[in-house]
Amino acid sequence: MIFETDLSNGILRVSPMGELDVRSAPETRHYLDKLIDKGNFRELILDFRKVDFMDSTGIGVLLGRYKLLQKRGIPLSVSHLNDQIDKVFRVSGLYQIIKAVEK
Amino acid sequence: MKITNNVKMILPAIRGNEGFARAAVAAFCAPLSPTIEEINDVKTAVSEAVTNVIVHAYPNKEGECTIDVTIYDDDVVTVQIIDEGTGVKDIEEAKKPFYTTKSADEHSGMGFTIMEAFMDSLEVFSESGRGTSVIMRKKIGKNA
Repeated sequence: MIFETDLSNGILRVSPMGELDVRSAPETRHYLDKLIDKGNFRELILDFRKVDFMDSTGIGVLLGRYKLLQKRGIPLSVSHLNDQIDKVFRVSGLYQIIKAVEK
Repeated sequence: MKITNNVKMILPAIRGNEGFARAAVAAFCAPLSPTIEEINDVKTAVSEAVTNVIVHAYPNKEGECTIDVTIYDDDVVTVQIIDEGTGVKDIEEAKKPFYTTKSADEHSGMGFTIMEAFMDSLEVFSESGRGTSVIMRKKIGKNA
């Protein structure tokens, strides 16, 4: 998994590239946790435009990061989900916890 | 119903093979002319079932995951994912949303919920110490 990041006006946008599944979950978790540890942002947006596929392993990764960020009072949202990932979010009820934004 | 095509793959139950498995099953279904949504549904369900084998079936040992895909002449595809691992103790419990035996590892417990939602039917058979078999069916293509 390759990640692009962009920090502007306190909003950190992270854009992973590839497929989020049981193979890529550990490195995704590790990468995001290092950023969260730095904590130099007030909002995190995960931009999924270059993520082709996600299964329930990704749900676990997202919920774990959501909890870490919640402790720090930092909101997490997602953007640009493809139809497959949108369906995983809808079926699992993940949208009730992590909102999608288009910005 | 007549079988029109069948493939059987045996893969080591190791991380990374879920990606190959879902892509291979999707490619095998291509002659049915599935919609993008249908093929994504099958890929997602296969990924969940194979991930279960990788994560749960063989604690502290190596093992195999068998993927048996059959296409019938009424455009129904069945995918059977089989392991000879530890087995699922309580299948009804395991099917509940957010149920996981590995919450410390951040597993979401949504695997079976997604398989059920993305396919037309799901059956799970398991015996302690003998293994687990997941059978999923979906009608795909122009007549679905």
